Amino acid sequence: MASTYTNPRFPFRRPAALGRAAAEEVRVVIVGGGLTGLTAALDLAQRGVPSVLLDEDDTVSEGSRAICWAKRTLEIYGRLGLGGRFLERGITWNTGRVFFRDREAYSFDLLPEQGHEYPAFVNLPQYHAEEWLVAACEETGLVDVRWRNRVGAVENRADGALLSVETPEGPYRLHAEWLLACDGARSGVRRALDLPFTGQVFRDRFLIADVVMRPPFPAERRFWFDPPFHPGQSVLLHQQPDDLWRIDFQLGWDADPERERESDRVAVRVRAMLGPDIPFELEWVSVYTFRCRRLERFRHGHTFFLGDAAHQVSPFGARGGNGSVQDADNLCWKLAAVLGGRAPESLLDSYDAERGPAADDNILHSTRSTDFITPKTGAALAYRDAVLELAEAHALARPLVNSGRLSRPAVLADSPLSTPGTARSAMLPSGSPPVDAPVLRDGRPDWLLRHLNAEGRFTLLAFDHTGLRAPAAPPGVGLVVMAEREPPAGHLPNVLFDHSGLAARRWGCAPGDVLLLRPDGHVAAGFHAPAAAAVRAAQGRALGHAAP
Amino acid sequence: MTLRTEPRIADPDGFYAALMEAHRGLDDAASRRLDARLVILLANHIGDDAVLLEAVALARAAGAAPSACPTPSPAAPAEGG
Ligand SMILES: Cc1cc2nc3c(=O)[nH]c(=O)nc-3n(C[C@H](O)[C@H](O)[C@H](O)COP(=O)(O)OP(=O)(O)OC[C@H]3O[C@@H](n4cnc5c(N)ncnc54)[C@H](O)[C@@H]3O)c2cc1C
Repeated sequence: MASTYTNPRFPFRRPAALGRAAAEEVRVVIVGGGLTGLTAALDLAQRGVPSVLLDEDDTVSEGSRAICWAKRTLEIYGRLGLGGRFLERGITWNTGRVFFRDREAYSFDLLPEQGHEYPAFVNLPQYHAEEWLVAACEETGLVDVRWRNRVGAVENRADGALLSVETPEGPYRLHAEWLLACDGARSGVRRALDLPFTGQVFRDRFLIADVVMRPPFPAERRFWFDPPFHPGQSVLLHQQPDDLWRIDFQLGWDADPERERESDRVAVRVRAMLGPDIPFELEWVSVYTFRCRRLERFRHGHTFFLGDAAHQVSPFGARGGNGSVQDADNLCWKLAAVLGGRAPESLLDSYDAERGPAADDNILHSTRSTDFITPKTGAALAYRDAVLELAEAHALARPLVNSGRLSRPAVLADSPLSTPGTARSAMLPSGSPPVDAPVLRDGRPDWLLRHLNAEGRFTLLAFDHTGLRAPAAPPGVGLVVMAEREPPAGHLPNVLFDHSGLAARRWGCAPGDVLLLRPDGHVAAGFHAPAAAAVRAAQGRALGHAAP
Repeated sequence: MTLRTEPRIADPDGFYAALMEAHRGLDDAASRRLDARLVILLANHIGDDAVLLEAVALARAAGAAPSACPTPSPAAPAEGG
């Protein structure tokens, strides 16, 4: 087998509490140094909140799992200082192409408009992302990463959680005032709390192969239904960096997972797909059965569940990791606000209120995709093939083809943190994620999203004619002014020139409109020429303070 | 808009014959796909989610209880539109 990547091995460091009778006291403990735990640790650290991160292993993800990073994830990593690395190191793509039998049915563009810093998707193996996150966490000096620290028993208490931790040099106990369970789909914390993880198993198997090769395919997502080289099943192809390609072969429920993993057998499948002329080497092979399931609630007192520990989806649509990153994005500013004494503990309930519906949405979409890809009855198969037969010649059928509804940012539609009724109807509604646009700053090209939520604060985004006028921002709220025309000398600080008009169009705003953005960039409230008190009230509400 | 359930086809026998003709020579699976393509084309032509869901519910009910083929009340199955 080829190997384009060698897992780093992180050293075990003896925790000071080892051998002590008393439990070590820690304010924030994160269990699980996977994608979710590392993202949460970095987000908290950048908000000044230290944490202890425990991982049973001593390395990043073994083998490639997630590869497709959606625009919103890239924007979140942009905020955390890693977005550029995804762009440089990863493979950018915006196009999906669908084939049926031996013909192309159609293609689609996921980001048909220009003027965004990040594309619809970047492909990059999960281990690279995790490696950068580990380094970035270490750099903050605020994340105490403890490799080979395995959490065993967990006792959930009113004032936190008591953890038993096993290490190569013996056990110790740790009392976490706040616990973030990011320990993956088989979460031990979830089991220790005896919380049911319910949902659906899909009766199908998929062979996932990472292959090193140089085929003449462009960087796009290619999906085949019932191709001649793999009849009766589907195949998905993605490019990764370093001449690495990901192929998913649908196998059906009756496939023998052990046999299907055998290299010779996999090589025959890949050869059938590529034809005789393209040399390739296998790098990594695995067989999966996918599920969709979730915890009923993501907050249990002082314990929170994030990522795969809270919810699991089938990978069509790339909603697992991308959803997990949005979990961290949602919770960390809230926890920082509570720990900093700026918000009541009840703010933390909104994590469940906002991310629960987002998880349901991810499960709904990935279940529907799986149902289309794996028809369960003769009728389902007939309809699926009928849709595909129509799709090439008739655009009307294309929206019905479901080879995965790719991850979209959650719109927190019914958030308790949003202030209803103050916005003009054209404005981006409350709960929406922020939308990027090209801008000029002091005459130089720049991106709007780079200027929102500086230092992790709320932002007042004010639209003005020239950048000479803006409402006063309450204490602790940053101000960014979008000018419709070129700002003259003497304009306010933080004025961005909306030279293309795209910011005004995408946000649905005209001069005099003002949006209050939460520290995760989502819209908390919209106004036209608001009084200072109205903005303060909306900020109070977004911080979980009871309405005055 | 609600699903129109009064007879509307000008030449019912002609339409029925054309439908049968379209199925001629097809095996069961191919016939099934033909019907499915037809449903999709017609559904797109109608293009009104509430009407479509009403039709789905009516079709299902008519098959399940042949003795008491109900005419749905306009408000009943349109939820979720
Ligand atoms: C084949 C495949 C393809 C995928 N493709 C995509 C994709 O393209 N895009 C996408 O967004 N998502 C994708 N996903 C999903 C994505 O990989 C997961 O959603 C993501 O890894 C979840 O991260 P996590 O940190 O929550 O869990 P994990 O990555 O599972 O991390 C859990 C961590 O917890 C640690 N841990 C576990 N138990 C303990 C314990 N008791 N004590 C201490 N530490 C513990 C583990 O060592 C591990 O580091 C894919 C998944 C698969 C399997």
